[in-house]
Amino acid sequence: MSKTSRTQVTVPATAKKGSIIEIRAIVQHDMESGFRYTESGKLIPRDIIRIFTCTYNDVEVFKADFYPGIGANPLIIFTTIATESGTLEFKWLGDDSYEAVHQARITVS
Amino acid sequence: MHKGYVLPLAMICCSVLFPALICGAAPEVALNQKQSSYELMSAENKAMQDDPSLNPAMFWVVEGESLWQTKSGSKNITCASCHGDAKKSMRGVATQFPKIIRGNLQTLEGQINQCRTARQGASALAYENKELLALTAYVATQSKGMPIAVKETPSNQAQLKKGRQWFNERMGQLNLSCAQCHEDRAGLKLGGSPIPQGHPNAYPIYRLEWQTLGSVQRRLRNCMSGVRAEQFEYGSPEMAQLELFLMWRAQGMPLEAPGVRP
Repeated sequence: MSKTSRTQVTVPATAKKGSIIEIRAIVQHDMESGFRYTESGKLIPRDIIRIFTCTYNDVEVFKADFYPGIGANPLIIFTTIATESGTLEFKWLGDDSYEAVHQARITVS
Repeated sequence: MHKGYVLPLAMICCSVLFPALICGAAPEVALNQKQSSYELMSAENKAMQDDPSLNPAMFWVVEGESLWQTKSGSKNITCASCHGDAKKSMRGVATQFPKIIRGNLQTLEGQINQCRTARQGASALAYENKELLALTAYVATQSKGMPIAVKETPSNQAQLKKGRQWFNERMGQLNLSCAQCHEDRAGLKLGGSPIPQGHPNAYPIYRLEWQTLGSVQRRLRNCMSGVRAEQFEYGSPEMAQLELFLMWRAQGMPLEAPGVRP
């Protein structure tokens, strides 16, 4: 796996203050479990995403630990409350110093 | 229910009256009886294919779009240097493959490699290589929703006949042909999973079992190992012939590329 990869995030561009918004975050990653062997019997080292976080104007609103049982290209769908206009930052951190960051703007009225 | 009775009856009548029609140019199954394996999927998997924000194959499409504009090979030119905007120039292209190009039967992947080696002066990419899958997905998705247009022509007739032969020939230790499952038993179950009609109308597909995108040839090799047969090689003439027959058999079905399958 490379040190970073493509991400895609779906966040509503605008929302009413206090409303619940759905966020979808998908990342391209092999999620190599570390339990598989090559044809010649060599163990393929684990290479997974470990932590996913979402901060909303620097306040953490969602966090998830990832494990070897999670499939490739993991998709996370979660909700939060639209409190104020600003930036949502998504960060995926993984083995072998993998890091992917995505930012999305939201306007709350 | 009623309609289901009338159609087979009509087909029997035809075969009695005009036996010659059966080996004619048009596929023997009417378009409204062809079923995409999309229809057999759960609502969640259908949503995954339909919504680009959920479809993991979109990563390959986006990658393909950037590769389309990346200079490559000794000639240092991009795909776009010759073909321009893929959204226009590649529209409908994937619905016509495999096709005869300069006397050879060529698959979509094969044609991409042909362009790379002959035009760009680059090396050919192996099947299931990430870049080849990305380019194939990008080209194929330009034909999304368009009907498969592979027809029998004087030039592909011999290859199509070979493909039909592979489809109907028993193979492997289980001694099964493609047709025995995907024609005779389509709609029934195998080990709890529905048996699809086997139309290649969504390739390349993101298969959840594979955890990645894969070509139609990878899928065909799956079935061959399933019946414990010696698999056709990637990019072999046999594969292209079988692919040609399957695309001809799926004629008229809308392309779903890039599809999602369980």
